[in-house]
Amino acid sequence: MKKNIKKYEGYIFILPWILGFFIFTIFPIGFAFYIGFTDWNSFTEPKFIGLDNYISLFKDPNFLNSLKVTVIYAAFAIPLGIVSSLLIAVIVNVKVKGIYLFRTALYLPAVVSGVSIALLWRWILDPDYGLINFLLSYIGISGPNWLGDPAWVLPSYVMMAIWGAGGGMLTYLAGLQDIPRSLYESAEIDGAGWWTKFRHITLPMLSPVIFYNLVMGIIGAFRKFNDAYIIGGAGNQAQFYMVYLYENAFNFYKMGYATAMAWILFIIILLLTLLVFKTSPLWVFYSGELENGKKKKTKNKSR
Amino acid sequence: MPSLTITQRKRIQTIFVYLFLIVSSTATVLPLLWMISTSLKSGSVIFQIPPQWFPDSLHWENYQRAITDIPFFLYLKNTVIITFFRMIAEVFVSALVAYGFARFDFPGKNIWFMILLSTIMLPGEITMIPVFIMFSKLGWINTFKPLIVPAFFGGQAVFVFLLRQFFLTIPRELEEAALMDGASRWQIFYKIFLPLSKPALVTIALFSFQGSWNDLLGPLMYLNDSNKFTLQLGLAMFNGMTKVEWGPLMAASLLVLLPTLVLFFSLQKYFVEGISITGIKG
Repeated sequence: MKKNIKKYEGYIFILPWILGFFIFTIFPIGFAFYIGFTDWNSFTEPKFIGLDNYISLFKDPNFLNSLKVTVIYAAFAIPLGIVSSLLIAVIVNVKVKGIYLFRTALYLPAVVSGVSIALLWRWILDPDYGLINFLLSYIGISGPNWLGDPAWVLPSYVMMAIWGAGGGMLTYLAGLQDIPRSLYESAEIDGAGWWTKFRHITLPMLSPVIFYNLVMGIIGAFRKFNDAYIIGGAGNQAQFYMVYLYENAFNFYKMGYATAMAWILFIIILLLTLLVFKTSPLWVFYSGELENGKKKKTKNKSR
Repeated sequence: MPSLTITQRKRIQTIFVYLFLIVSSTATVLPLLWMISTSLKSGSVIFQIPPQWFPDSLHWENYQRAITDIPFFLYLKNTVIITFFRMIAEVFVSALVAYGFARFDFPGKNIWFMILLSTIMLPGEITMIPVFIMFSKLGWINTFKPLIVPAFFGGQAVFVFLLRQFFLTIPRELEEAALMDGASRWQIFYKIFLPLSKPALVTIALFSFQGSWNDLLGPLMYLNDSNKFTLQLGLAMFNGMTKVEWGPLMAASLLVLLPTLVLFFSLQKYFVEGISITGIKG
């Protein structure tokens, strides 16, 4: 009898999470499913309207625009971010004097974030007195009205994402340091140049890290809120998906409409992630036999 | 094609590496230096072309303005309260749950663990509105409770996962000896696991700090009364003022960044290791 109770002792420890899972995940998801079918300002009684929210969303030019803006942003910011982070990681993996100082400088963007940085970018991108246009004037270019011009708003956001790329380099750096040196040595004996080594050793060995960052990048891009909310951009021309969702819910109190948007967002992220997972056998290489089980952690200590 | 010796090739490579490092780290740091420079300039110098990197006179009164134009210390207090309780809850509860998953065998464990992992991927936007309505029905709008209480229910799934991995590396011999001496599982958690996991716990505390300190959406949703604002919300409000004054605004922004920067530089090792393992970043 006592033994039977003991079998369940572990549940005491995970109980907070199980409770939280039901209160803050399962119940809200069920609730959200219902809210999506209602017209509700959250003060009066919800009115069931079936699929109306979803139908009107696809006729709402602001919704379609926010979707377009977010997709275009993701399409540029994610690949460019991955390439830049990877490039930085490869370079800072070279052992030269002062490399730790450079590494620290380069991953500063991972440390600083929030409203402060969003405001800083607004100031840097100021068309008349901002830093970027001043630097451009040095080489004879009169810079655009970055955040005020619908054509330049998205490039501005992509530029901010690339600025943050140094912050993303650390996962790649950790991955690079886990690649056994012997692989490169035997390739060198075979006369491989740096490109061959990069293409046939570094890239495949890092593909799990790229895969991870790609998935996280997709989720992050579609959920972009903080700086998009603070910076805005060219009126509503560059309104991101989450900002429009927030506005609907908390400025216009259209809870049903906003929840329908959340479901569409969820489905988009789900489909894209599934797509990445499904294609992963084609390009993600897992070298189970090269890693000695869970020894990985101790290696990191050497840095 | 002239053939290069190995040393020549190495030298060219080094030059190229330094060139890249200098250009990219300058591009990274320059905006932050610009921020510092602006925060010390007077209104007229800010709008001067070409701009001065080192202003002739340092206008510390921008900092004075930053803490008086908005009730800075009130917002600081609010932010510290929220961040502190959230951090304590997230670290402690995540550790508790992680211990349960790492050291117990109970029916259904694997299913629960799979569910935990899948919630990491679940975007919070789906639950955002229902949870908001839940809290508003409880009358918790305009209090810190909606920002703090959820942390006590399971911490964060990523943290649980991370700590579980860490706990798995702790040798079982230690607790077996303690069990022999009649220690309870709770005592083992509290007296053996927590002290042994200090590095992992510090890493998680740092991420938790960064997450709460920089949170904008949560306070924006739940705090309407300007006396309850957090620093991020206060900054956002500063931003909305009719005439943007960049000097005080950059000074305020820097003050808000300062605690994160100090923590980062003093606990850099944990930060770097944490990011390499989890890929989490602000």
